[in-house]
Amino acid sequence: MRTEAAELVFDEATKVYPGRESAAVDHLSLTVPAGEICVLVGPSGGGKTTALKLVNRLIPLTSGDIRIDGTSILEQDVVELRRSIGYVIQQVGLFPHMTVEGNIGTVPRLYRRPRSWIKARSAELLELVGLDPSYAKRFPAQLSGGERQRVGLARALAANPPLMLMDEPFGAIDPIVRARLQDEFLRLQKEIRKTVVFVTHDVDEAIKVGDRIAILREGGRLAQYDTPQQILEHPADEFVAEFVGRDRALKALALRTLGELELSPATEDGLPRLPADTSLRDALALLVAERRNALLVIGADGAPLGVATREDLLA
Amino acid sequence: MTGWRLADGGPVIPNFGHGSECLRDNGWLCTSWVRQHWGDILQPALVQHIELTLIAVGIGFAIAFLLALVGFRWRVFDPPLGAFTDILYTIPSIALYQLLVPVTGLTVTTIEIALVSYTLFVLYRNIVAGLRAVPPEVLESARGMGLTRRQTFLRVELPLAAPAILAGLRVATVATISIATVAAFLIYYGLGGPIFDALGQPDIFRTELLASGGLAILLALSADALLALLQRALTPWSRLR
Ligand SMILES: Nc1ncnc2c1ncn2[C@@H]1O[C@H](COP(=O)(O)OP(=O)(O)OP(=O)(O)O)[C@@H](O)[C@H]1O
Ligand SMILES: [Mg+2]
Repeated sequence: MRTEAAELVFDEATKVYPGRESAAVDHLSLTVPAGEICVLVGPSGGGKTTALKLVNRLIPLTSGDIRIDGTSILEQDVVELRRSIGYVIQQVGLFPHMTVEGNIGTVPRLYRRPRSWIKARSAELLELVGLDPSYAKRFPAQLSGGERQRVGLARALAANPPLMLMDEPFGAIDPIVRARLQDEFLRLQKEIRKTVVFVTHDVDEAIKVGDRIAILREGGRLAQYDTPQQILEHPADEFVAEFVGRDRALKALALRTLGELELSPATEDGLPRLPADTSLRDALALLVAERRNALLVIGADGAPLGVATREDLLA
Repeated sequence: MTGWRLADGGPVIPNFGHGSECLRDNGWLCTSWVRQHWGDILQPALVQHIELTLIAVGIGFAIAFLLALVGFRWRVFDPPLGAFTDILYTIPSIALYQLLVPVTGLTVTTIEIALVSYTLFVLYRNIVAGLRAVPPEVLESARGMGLTRRQTFLRVELPLAAPAILAGLRVATVATISIATVAAFLIYYGLGGPIFDALGQPDIFRTELLASGGLAILLALSADALLALLQRALTPWSRLR
């Protein structure tokens, strides 16, 4: 079992489904550095799911190659390859006849891990995904949609795979729980530092979750592959600009916090005070709402750090 | 087995026992007769009946399971196999016996062959349907996690089909218990023996009919309850949905 995060390389990866004229994924080349989250985003039918399933060979490549830490997926035993990759899908696909612990233990059992090891691992993972250890003995039918998705994530992490594939993992969940799951997933990722390929068709989710975003357009062609910031500030073409939305300038503001600005010394009294980890977007919203031109940024300890003006926010 | 009656009963006024009033009136359930003949008629018939059923359902299950594996794994074989079990099921048992007797004679084997062929239909259908009903996302996650085909079958598909398979087993068992009573049409065997016997009297022998028929019903009910319990114990998760 490999445990370190792995670098993932798509090298001219192409998939043409049998009986189809055009490709579903067309000469896709991109590198996901070890430990980063790459989000595949794009319109429906853009080939996101196909690209993802090429990696664990649920769908065979037509041409090109995919390498994990330099080794082609084609050179590995397909069953071993899949066991070393965490796989999470929207419908989760938990085994209804197994308890939560049984589900989480699926891959460890394939590796003949002892029962006690699985029990301990399952408890550890439940805590990691924010579920009470008492959930271990429940069946999937006794869980809510959000809880099932967490268990699906825990199951995928069970053998500590260096690479995770996630296909719209939060797609079927209501917006509030979804936002919470995203936050928890990002917190979790800070701890475990996996290489993750994350499919969504929601741009906001892509911006929030991704270290890098790959935008796929119809026919599985890569339109742009860059950091969220770069994509919002410098969309490669009309398609990307259109896809990320007219409010992309505001979305870009949401990515930065007050703490990242160069602040001027505090001179004025009675300015609105905001913590340094507030996003520029929220700060601007406050200035607009209160009809003010500047605000006082304060540190975690409550001490003032300096003043930011409207111009600073928009610079 | 029927010798006892020929020895001490006359053809016109049958002497059903040894002169109890209940028997002379051909009462509905004369306990004295039941007690007297439990050992030489009822119990042996019941044991034979249980044996008939267990063997028929056991062999029927084994055959149906193998057929279902083929019909499940290679879809093209499903329609012909389904049709085959269907045809067996629709042949009336009397007709089937007439077909079999020239080959296997007036034997328990003939009865078992007929009984087995009746179980195949419901067992085959239920096993295939149960295996097919496994949700596609469950199969995808199994494959995605690196379970081999065999592991997927044994650890996922089969356990998930278990409720349907056990339900089929329940129906097949109860049906076999009831169809097996007709086997006595062929030879005196199982609970059908005393039932046919009682019906064959000039005046239907009510006590014998009720006692042996009642045993058949009790047997069917207990088998059904037992299998229902087994189903609950083996698939605790299936009641949650
Ligand atoms: N098994 C298949 N056989 C043939 N064509 C397929 C198959 N699966 C997908 N396709 C086609 O490939 C293209 C890409 O599909 P894919 O599922 O990868 O898109 P997607 O980006 O995941 O879309 P969505 O956002 O709707 O999930 C589509 O045109 C689809 O019709
Ligand atoms: Mg998809």
